[in-house]
Amino acid sequence: MSRPLRLIWLQSGGCGGCTLSLLGAQGPDLYTALKGAGVEILWHPSLSEASGAEARDLLAAAARGDEPFDILCLEGSVINGPAGTGRFHLAAGTGQPMRDMVAALAQRAAHVIAVGSCAAFGGITAGGGNHVEATGLAYDGTTAGGLLGAGFIAQGGLPVINIAGCPIHPGWFVDTILQLAAGDLTRADLDEWERPLAYTAQLVHHGCARNEYYEFKASAEDLGDLGCMMENLGCIGTQARADCNIRAWNGSGSCLDGGYPCINCTAPAFEEPGHAFVETPKISGIPIGLPTDMPKAWFVALASLSKAATPKRLKENAAKPRASVLPRDKRKGGA
Amino acid sequence: MSGAKNDRRLILGPFNRVEGDLEVRIDLVDGAVGEARVTSPLYRGFEAMLVGKLASDALTYAPRICGICSVSQSVAAARALGGVRASGHARRSTPPNGTHSINLVHAVENIADHLTHFYLFFMPDFARATYAAEPWYSAAAERFVAMKGTASAQMLPARAGLMAMLGVLAGKWPHTLSIQPFGSTRAISAAEKARLRLMLVGFRAFLETTLYAAPLEAIAGLATRDVLYAYGEQSQGDFARFLRLSQGLGLARLGRTAIRHLSFGAYASADGPLFPRGVFHAETASASPLPLAAIAEDVSHAWYKGEGGVPSQAAPAPDMAGEDAYSWCKAPRLDGHVAEVGALSRQLVAGHPLLRDMVARDGAGVEARVVARMVELALVVLAMEQWLAAIDPEAPFRDTAPIASSGEGMGLTEAARGSLGHWLRLEDGRIRHYQIIAPTTWNFSPRDARGTPGPLEQALVGAPLRSGESEPVSVQHIVRSFDPCMVCTVH
Repeated sequence: MSRPLRLIWLQSGGCGGCTLSLLGAQGPDLYTALKGAGVEILWHPSLSEASGAEARDLLAAAARGDEPFDILCLEGSVINGPAGTGRFHLAAGTGQPMRDMVAALAQRAAHVIAVGSCAAFGGITAGGGNHVEATGLAYDGTTAGGLLGAGFIAQGGLPVINIAGCPIHPGWFVDTILQLAAGDLTRADLDEWERPLAYTAQLVHHGCARNEYYEFKASAEDLGDLGCMMENLGCIGTQARADCNIRAWNGSGSCLDGGYPCINCTAPAFEEPGHAFVETPKISGIPIGLPTDMPKAWFVALASLSKAATPKRLKENAAKPRASVLPRDKRKGGA
Repeated sequence: MSGAKNDRRLILGPFNRVEGDLEVRIDLVDGAVGEARVTSPLYRGFEAMLVGKLASDALTYAPRICGICSVSQSVAAARALGGVRASGHARRSTPPNGTHSINLVHAVENIADHLTHFYLFFMPDFARATYAAEPWYSAAAERFVAMKGTASAQMLPARAGLMAMLGVLAGKWPHTLSIQPFGSTRAISAAEKARLRLMLVGFRAFLETTLYAAPLEAIAGLATRDVLYAYGEQSQGDFARFLRLSQGLGLARLGRTAIRHLSFGAYASADGPLFPRGVFHAETASASPLPLAAIAEDVSHAWYKGEGGVPSQAAPAPDMAGEDAYSWCKAPRLDGHVAEVGALSRQLVAGHPLLRDMVARDGAGVEARVVARMVELALVVLAMEQWLAAIDPEAPFRDTAPIASSGEGMGLTEAARGSLGHWLRLEDGRIRHYQIIAPTTWNFSPRDARGTPGPLEQALVGAPLRSGESEPVSVQHIVRSFDPCMVCTVH
């Protein structure tokens, strides 16, 4: 077997939550998965033995091309402020903007991965007016560009791979790295935002346990209610691209399962929805964000029809945190 | 070795195996640290980001301040929002199920952090080359070396198994939205309660076979340093391995502070918090009430404009012009005094006999900080069993009445690494003021206007250089003993 793929991970304007989420990888654990994929972590700020001068020397050698490596991961936004100087994040021990180290290493890497929505698009760190001038590696929100420029192609032939999410699901990263290591991740495996289709070919809506409520427009009124959260609580799982209700979080969960809406955290600019995250904006009582690919007139017609046909069970249960009416087999007598 | 040829300045960074980016500058004098300056190099500006946003959006933004203290940030934000009182609004309280559920979610995060700190951040330093000649080196390196040690292969699945409790209780971790001002959005069924109990049993088994090799009750009940050391001599657990290494290297007397210890109080219940709020004074070995109004932030050595002040009012803007400034971390002070926070501080305030004994004998140093985390981990798992048992699947988990739209709120809690506070003001449903003081803001604060160094800066003074070292491993131990979270620190 050839030498392992060597990975360098850097962090900038983020919370570290993608790494912490990744450490929750199960079946197998993260280190076993990386070993199995033939990937060696050359340096990771939270996990590596090497610190201080050892780490600084290693990163400098990698940037010069003297320390071969294959994969660069960035977690957290690229920080350009204040006033374009990058001084809101001077990389520890160097006095230089972290942005510059990221850019230098990206030129040397065969593959560049943006881990999380901050590194992909700017993310939460770009919220609230973006005082810190945060961008992603290849996007500034929905605009192509970012740190590396719109046309950036890494040495391995792929653009920046955007494993977007806030945070990422550990499986999204592990799947991507397995495919990369096997040498069979191609442009066709990425979507229009260069996110791996392995998880963005799905909508969050797929597999949502609230689907029956959605079908009959039986809506939750408060966070924690059982009903569909699209009508009142800001849920955009019918548009959001991710497999959160197919690939469980922490063994069994998802945002929807936790009693709160999908906020489309895998999408660029999710951090500024233009309304409260947990409230659905409406025009004349109709939610303005309709399910992906659905013509408005049809949605309105179907919604009014299905609302009229809502079974009593769903109507009763939708606005409650636990079901009061349960499905029942009619062949069994009694109430 | 001594003399001027050994005197030099070292810039240590990137200081990894902490959460976030950190730089430490030390001046070596006669082969030991003479002075230290701690720099938090990343500014993201969450406080400014939140101003103008709708009140409920704080619950989406706050957890994303930090991926390792995410739930703590949610708890503080939810308490601050829920603490806003307006005339005409009925006073509300979280139903017991909500309190238990949020305690469980918060506890899972906090103990997972203690575990992550011990195995992934702290212990790998014993595998550093500087120790290669020590008789214990090869065994310690085999067990704890970063990413390849045998311990991580056991610890990571145990941690993931524990986090599975959050798949049930909170939808996901990190960054849940299940924690609301008056309860949790996730009602737990009787079957789910049983499943959670099984997860906790599994985690307890890991602790009792691998980490402690002793029953949790025995660890929680350790009452003196001598009994602790006796456990360390006999046990095959990883905690006992640490104790033997620590005794051999004298870590009890390394990295000591002689300052106040704070706790905001952790894990609510009808009878008051599991770990109380207060201030611990080592000189009298006693705790006193915490005067919250005496908390203020100094920015004389931080990259901000203006004066700082009390967090309910002051909101200094970033500015790198100040000549004396060297960090994005502000310097919180209690009545003008430096204070340490964290598991050790919590247990000192709570009066845990072991930690009080250790600090009385050797001071608040590296060993006591690590031991406090390990003892607290046992205490919290025992409390989790009680909280879970107390959940009534038929009763409500949340009071859904809306929060007040104008007024001031304060949300205080304890993250794994210490006291966390949010202070906010709402006007007509929008956030007009938001300030955060995080645990590591206290511990890694820069100097204040009086020139008094922050807790870590004090703890580093005197840290020795081993022969042949260019960067002292003692500094690594001291810095990581605080379990810093740099992304929270500046936010």
